[in-house]
Amino acid sequence: MRRRDNLVGYLLITPQLVGSVLFVLLPLGLVGWYSLHEWNVLAGTFEFVGGENYDRLLADANLPQVLGASALFSVGLVVLNLALALLLAVLLNQRLRGTTFFRTVFFSPVVVSLVAWTIVWRFLLQDDGGLNGLLAAAGAEGPNWLRGEGTAMLSVIVVQVLKNVGLNMVLFLAALQGVPAQLYEAAELDGAGARTRFLRITVPLISPTILLTSIITVVGSLQVFAQIAVLTQGGPGVSTTVLVYYLYQQAFQFHHFGYGATLSVLLFVIVAVLTLVQWRMRRRWVFHET
Amino acid sequence: MRRDIPVRVKTLLYGLLCLMCVPFVFPTWWMITSSLKPVAEIFALPPRLLPADWTFSAYAQVFELQPFAGQYVNSLYIALVVTAGTMAVAAMAGYAFARIRFPGQNVLFVVVLLGLLIPSEVTIVPLFQMFHGLGLTDTHWPLIVVPILGAPSVLATFIMRQFFISLPGELEEAARMDGLGRFGTFYRVALPLARPALGAVAIFTFLHSWNLYLEPIVYLSSPEKFTLPQALTQFVDAYGGPMWNVQLAAASMTALPVLVVFVLAQRQFIEGLAHTGVKG
Repeated sequence: MRRRDNLVGYLLITPQLVGSVLFVLLPLGLVGWYSLHEWNVLAGTFEFVGGENYDRLLADANLPQVLGASALFSVGLVVLNLALALLLAVLLNQRLRGTTFFRTVFFSPVVVSLVAWTIVWRFLLQDDGGLNGLLAAAGAEGPNWLRGEGTAMLSVIVVQVLKNVGLNMVLFLAALQGVPAQLYEAAELDGAGARTRFLRITVPLISPTILLTSIITVVGSLQVFAQIAVLTQGGPGVSTTVLVYYLYQQAFQFHHFGYGATLSVLLFVIVAVLTLVQWRMRRRWVFHET
Repeated sequence: MRRDIPVRVKTLLYGLLCLMCVPFVFPTWWMITSSLKPVAEIFALPPRLLPADWTFSAYAQVFELQPFAGQYVNSLYIALVVTAGTMAVAAMAGYAFARIRFPGQNVLFVVVLLGLLIPSEVTIVPLFQMFHGLGLTDTHWPLIVVPILGAPSVLATFIMRQFFISLPGELEEAARMDGLGRFGTFYRVALPLARPALGAVAIFTFLHSWNLYLEPIVYLSSPEKFTLPQALTQFVDAYGGPMWNVQLAAASMTALPVLVVFVLAQRQFIEGLAHTGVKG
């Protein structure tokens, strides 16, 4: 019986295990191996160059800007996304009729095809597009959102926040509904105002959710690609060229696979370190675990 | 119980909620209405919320300029195959990791979980080379096989495992008493109970596949093989500028069916996706 059980167990995990080895671990090893090679697909060259790609990485004049753009995007996205998600969740958590309707509305962009959503926003944010048209009708003049140094990054962040904020919103809403009402009543009797109640009761009690959503959002933010490709193509200059987009350009537009692999290693290290740091932080400031 | 909210505060809250709706609803509205406007009207000032002159010509052009019907079928069948495959792979592996004790289980689980730490963007270069070596670029194989077996399915496996762990052990005891083997217990008893978790996995897997963009543009080069997200950006004029009304018509046709299903089953969607906490 025991042995039969073992056999069934191994059989059931085989597809996933083989897949993980073939499509996750093997490619991860290959990324490291390729990063030690000069590999130009067009020229058909593939030769071992040791750490040369890594020297190039350190000397790459674009890299500080690319990493800066990635950091700006991630920080901007996480802050805006979590703040808006929490605001919407608090609004929906009031005793009002019709909250299901509003919840559906705020959540709906999550299920809209990503590229379709991005195309509409590209259309809206054109110099002569809908947003500036509306601003003009109100007597204001809008900038060329996607071509301006500062506004391009802001646009990409806002478009992405609106697309996915619904997910974090429902996670926050579930957390808020789990906070016992007696705590608020007791605090109110003790004379705590709305602000104090929010900061001293709500925030600590939903801190596991804040951590969870921030991890999901940070890791997701490092994978952003389609939005950049459709909205700005990394421009103006390299101001919205985030790491994944840069990796794509190097590997698949300029055919520098060796250097593309080196950038992949960098991306992997960043994602791994960030994830581990966030999990360690859990012990520090999360009030309790559910 | 908390007190009822005063009417003045209530009005304020409703006002705020309605205002917040604008950036979430307006893009979809603008997408659909603009796709029904003639080209001349698309950048009209002031912007018109409804077309003055309704036309479906952009919708006809979508099908003339590209093999759009075929591209639609590509996206649909790939997403359905990936969803079914992921459900099967994740349910099996999730059950085994949750309910069967076998030697090496923990180590193997960690090996699988590593997929969560490694975004698919990290491995796109070697994966492209692997499929190129097998002569499988410009086919749908990489878009089907990698999501079902690779990193994207790991999350599904993890979700299924969490679900199966929560099942009461007595159920399986009873199944054994009735003479069911391990596999029978999984297939006949545990799997039917796992419908909510499977539903969540199905929804996010379908959306993930439907939205895939980097992988198709890396692997595919012939228009008749394209998937929808990739096809949407291809409606450009001779100078490479977007043909807006055509792009928006194609985008509407891509977005609306899923949106309609969502509105009909919004409870399952929201709870399913919130349960998994994943980007769609």
